[in-house]
Amino acid sequence: MSRLQIHDVSVVYPGLNGGEQVRALSNINFTIEPGEFVVALGASGCGKTTLLSLMAGFISPSKGYLTLGDSTLEGLPRVACGVDLEDQITGPGKDRGVVFQKHALLPWLDVIENTEFGLKLQGVPKRERRERAAAFLKLVGLEDFHHHPVYQLSGGMQQRVGIARALTNDPKMLLLDEPLGALDALTREVLQELLLDVWKETRKMMFFITHSVEEALFMASRLIIMSPRPGRITHEFKLDFNERFLECRDARKVKSMPEFIQMRERVLSIIHGDELSGGMH
Amino acid sequence: MSATKTLDARLIGEASDTSDESTRLAHEPAAERTPAPSVPLIKRIAALFAAGPVKPGESYGAPGQGRSLAISVVTAVALIGLWYIATAAGWVAPLFLPSPVAVVERFWEVLTQGFANATLLEHTGWSMLRVFGAFALAMATAIPIGIFMGVNRVARGLFDPIIEFYRPLPPLAYLPLVIIWLGIGEASKVVLIYMAIFAPMALSARAGVRSVAIEQIHAAYSMGATRWQVVRYIILKSALPEILTGMRIGIGFGWTTLVAAEMVAAQAGLGFMVLNAAEFLVTDVVIMGIIVIGIIAYLFDMLMRFAERKLVPWKGR
Ligand SMILES: Nc1ncnc2c1ncn2[C@@H]1O[C@H](COP(=O)(O)OP(=O)(O)O)[C@@H](O)[C@H]1O
Ligand SMILES: [Mg+2]
Repeated sequence: MSRLQIHDVSVVYPGLNGGEQVRALSNINFTIEPGEFVVALGASGCGKTTLLSLMAGFISPSKGYLTLGDSTLEGLPRVACGVDLEDQITGPGKDRGVVFQKHALLPWLDVIENTEFGLKLQGVPKRERRERAAAFLKLVGLEDFHHHPVYQLSGGMQQRVGIARALTNDPKMLLLDEPLGALDALTREVLQELLLDVWKETRKMMFFITHSVEEALFMASRLIIMSPRPGRITHEFKLDFNERFLECRDARKVKSMPEFIQMRERVLSIIHGDELSGGMH
Repeated sequence: MSATKTLDARLIGEASDTSDESTRLAHEPAAERTPAPSVPLIKRIAALFAAGPVKPGESYGAPGQGRSLAISVVTAVALIGLWYIATAAGWVAPLFLPSPVAVVERFWEVLTQGFANATLLEHTGWSMLRVFGAFALAMATAIPIGIFMGVNRVARGLFDPIIEFYRPLPPLAYLPLVIIWLGIGEASKVVLIYMAIFAPMALSARAGVRSVAIEQIHAAYSMGATRWQVVRYIILKSALPEILTGMRIGIGFGWTTLVAAEMVAAQAGLGFMVLNAAEFLVTDVVIMGIIVIGIIAYLFDMLMRFAERKLVPWKGR
């Protein structure tokens, strides 16, 4: 089973217009275990997107390295970036699907063409890729919209297509950067449950970024809280509200459990503390 | 339908103020389209001038929304009417401004008998050959070069100074040089028009490439796309709207340059016809030629807009 490992990673952005350098991430050590649903929470600017871009391979670390694969690297020396490891992430790849806040669908393709796009890139024959795309469209509840233009869909439906598109490629993990951030509260709750169902069905590794404390607690098997300047992981919690939901299928009930409310207050106070101390910047 | 209903008394009042001639003309097409006899004539005329439904329920939209076609038609008709009155009443001498009737008569005469050794169709044919020949050449070169400039920094560095330098020059400024290099034959004419079309077309293609959303490129890479696949399936597609816009702007520049291109040693062509007529002070041919060029250019622009709607329905969404 593959896991995603982050070894002592730092990211420094060059300053814009000759300004000061930005230490977006500092000495991150972190592992996502097989089947885990990891949620990252933190004020904006604390490096969540940077962390996701590293995993996706859109940027490379200034220091340290990331691996995605079977090997356990315990005991290996913490080599600098550039040393070739078999599983090292050196760029984007189809083993890591990405879902963006702004859907990033291709408007010149219809729903099913968007969904099968990855398979088309890999030269999968049309009949086969249609079949696989249709299966995932069904999973996200869009079986009746195969030939709709994507620019006519609602935001929630566009995100469904985005999720189906990422899944059709059968990646090892899904990276989601505030995928529900632009949706209204009702659609958001529906898609939270949908994502948990997808996760239950596929047991893929998930890395999910959000601003919403409630969403984070509801979705996460493991919650990481990040704080800015320099970006780092300050808190980690193992949670099981998602499993409880998958058992009882009653989101309202889970979200009003005393443990949930307690946890929410705790996380809120952590984040508010951060904002107060970092508010001067 | 709702336009007629939402009409208010103020609008009716305004519309009835317009001149007799314009209202008569404006109501005719409406009478054909909606032969509902129950609605009073005046209301139907006024409805043509109302802003019309923009979006349901939007009463505080952006300033300037709504229909303007009827107003444009009235403007055109009023201008032609003014032209007619000015010439019929003898306010201007026919040498400076011949009457519209004379221009139409001249149109028929040149169409059937010709002017300056060629009929109107021959003049038009030659000009279209030059403009569309240059347009085709520009499409075959400017679009690939513009795309290449967008995706390759070496190509950008190479072509940018050349295009940016000559682009603002008026074609008349480099016409003599083109003639020295290429002679007075067809080549220099086509090349002059080609150069005018090339710059806006290449720059639009380049801008189109630069306008692609980074998320779309990232998404494609994350689905296993190669660099070439990203160019082919993402960049070329998202550049298409701007490439089409560039083609529209380019062909417009082509028509603007036509008269300059036909200034030297042409035997036929609309630009040549206009220049030749001006030399002999045949003002009605000059005006007729200008109108013909204008109409052809306008029709082609309509065609391009239509193609845009068909080819890139997602534009602006
Ligand atoms: N391309 C970039 N160049 C320079 N600075 C950047 C760049 N991207 C992000 N940053 C900075 O890095 C920090 C972390 O950004 P980001 O990872 O986007 O945070 P988040 O997603 O948590 O809001 C911020 O201070 C941001 O301004
Ligand atoms: Mg972000």
